[in-house]
Amino acid sequence: MRILRTGILTESMPEAGAWPQREIERLHDDILRILGRALTIREVDAGSCNGCELEIHALNNPAYNIEGRGIKFVASPRHADMLLVTGPVTKNMENAVRIAYDCTPDPKLVVAVGDCGCTGGLFGESYASCGRVSNVIPVDVTIPGCPPPPLDLLRGILTAIGKQK
Amino acid sequence: MQLLDETIAFTLQSGVGAPVWFGRAADGEELRRFAAAARRFDGRMAAIWGSDERQRDGGFRLHCVFGLNQGHAWVSLDLPVDAPAYPDLADIFPAANRMQRATRDMVGIATTGGDQRPWLRHGAWPADWYPLRHDAAQLASERGDFPNAPSDYDFVRVGGEGAHEIPVGPIHAGIIEPGHFRFSVIGEKVLRLEQRLGYQHKGVEKLFIGMDLAAGARLVGRISGDSTCAYAWAYASAVEAACGVAPSLRALMLRALMLERERVANHLGDLGALGNDAALAFGFTQFMHLKELWLRLNARLFGHRFMMDRIVPGGVALDLEAPALAAIIEQCDYIGREVATLRTIYDEHAGLQDRFLTTGAIDADLARELSLTGMGARATGIIFDGRAYRQGFTPPPPYRMLGVRPATDDRGDVAARVAVRFNEIFESLRLQREIVVSLPDDELRADLAPVAGGAGLGVIEGWRGEVLVGVALDAAGKLARVHPHDPSWQAWPALEHAVMQDIVPDFPLINKSFNLSYSGVDL
Ligand code: SF4
Repeated sequence: MRILRTGILTESMPEAGAWPQREIERLHDDILRILGRALTIREVDAGSCNGCELEIHALNNPAYNIEGRGIKFVASPRHADMLLVTGPVTKNMENAVRIAYDCTPDPKLVVAVGDCGCTGGLFGESYASCGRVSNVIPVDVTIPGCPPPPLDLLRGILTAIGKQK
Repeated sequence: MQLLDETIAFTLQSGVGAPVWFGRAADGEELRRFAAAARRFDGRMAAIWGSDERQRDGGFRLHCVFGLNQGHAWVSLDLPVDAPAYPDLADIFPAANRMQRATRDMVGIATTGGDQRPWLRHGAWPADWYPLRHDAAQLASERGDFPNAPSDYDFVRVGGEGAHEIPVGPIHAGIIEPGHFRFSVIGEKVLRLEQRLGYQHKGVEKLFIGMDLAAGARLVGRISGDSTCAYAWAYASAVEAACGVAPSLRALMLRALMLERERVANHLGDLGALGNDAALAFGFTQFMHLKELWLRLNARLFGHRFMMDRIVPGGVALDLEAPALAAIIEQCDYIGREVATLRTIYDEHAGLQDRFLTTGAIDADLARELSLTGMGARATGIIFDGRAYRQGFTPPPPYRMLGVRPATDDRGDVAARVAVRFNEIFESLRLQREIVVSLPDDELRADLAPVAGGAGLGVIEGWRGEVLVGVALDAAGKLARVHPHDPSWQAWPALEHAVMQDIVPDFPLINKSFNLSYSGVDL
């Protein structure tokens, strides 16, 4: 019974045509083509306001559907190809971020997300903040925006993979 | 005037925001007496912070805000430079504990007794250096670079045979903010949870000092990204009270529209995630889809998916034309229908209800004791919503005109928080339609000139609960001090209680049902 209803709900999704569905498909194809396999990402919030996390979450919604396309968020940096790091790195997270980086097997990619991750954003460097992610660990690609919308995140992830190959 | 028959004399803050009374306690004992009276009358510890007033009149100042039935009482207490101490309030209001410790870490004014463990300070700066003192920068440069030496934390140990500890974090398994949880368990059963937060501390309060009002508005909107509208409105309201400016009703209506859209966005996302945690991936997909549609309309109409920087001191920084208003009505109708269908599915899904019912329960007495506000408190049966009328309280405009019906459920468990969220979505959709059809023509933004030495407190009922922002201006009209307060301060300890006697695998579900902010309390 529930499955029946489910079907109806799915069909009733409106506005699908207005979505940048084609670009999303192409990005997924590119990621698979370049990598030849699934990509695993460990997300690390190093001090964000949580706004960037909302958009990273959105990557899992049906519009972007990255889990369904071979990009997986994993629980441990040990299983990750890529660290996706948000926020200015707080002093209180500096240690944990370094450890996460060291635990990620080589060759690893680090993507700094959001204006905070890219430059330190409004928070900058202070007694409490190390500023941008690259002040603490090496960064391969930056994705600016406050927060960057999901499509920008996908593009940035693709750029990172392309750089490595 | 007097409040609660106590001796402190109060004056009412001007302006159109939520009612706030200012008063000064003569000494620590008078403050404690007022706190005890507030507790007796079912009041809440709404916020505590400190300020360095040495440049203004020679001492430090403690600020305590109490949530009372009739509104908020902002009580300040002057403390001498050489001995800035005050009596512990945590025996009256347990919620005071972490706020007092943060106040000590930031400003160096401490309680004479009670819990003296650091809260925000993890070892990145020395214990005798206080970031919010005016001479902090100078003292720091004299002392050279502080080594970042993470300190151990004195967790409360649970003894007994078979009890052991599970430490989690600061980096969690999911896409979620960092914090440390220490579980004491026997088998799968949680005996105790103790949180250690502060990992997101990025020096927000320090940054405010000396900023102009516009820069402050941008920063306040980035304290907790999921509540950017609530913070921006609370800040604007505080600044407007400080400067004697009232925004137009049109501006207030547009603010409420954004606040309600923020509420719905968060409830949609959390209801989906709760389905997911209870093994109903279908619920997750459906709700996340609806949330995406919702955010896309935000982007189209407000120019930003989360509507950051659209609420500004004096009014709003956008306008909506007739087609935009029509699009909102249309979307509210569509989302309302879809959510109603999903609710039936959630309600009838035996597996889901089995996970939700009786899990993570707290009761109204505990909620009152912990000064809990918002959705979590309403899910214990407390009918309290800063947007709604109650005996002795008239909500500020525009909610005064809208007539909000607060959602409550007295079960106190995950199921109750789910039910309250569903009901708040429906009520919020109704409010949005109401706003759209009754939006008056008026200016969008009133002129606002900073008033030297002005002060104000803004209170907004965000989707999690009560968001407060206290503002004080300096002699040049710049920000002398801003203290933002997230409802998660009071709700984190409630979560500690909610997981007791439940099993460890239920923690993610219970946690998600509250979905508390780390950044909002770590600042
Ligand atoms: S970039 Fe913006 S959204 Fe992201 S963490 Fe920083 S302030 Fe928040």
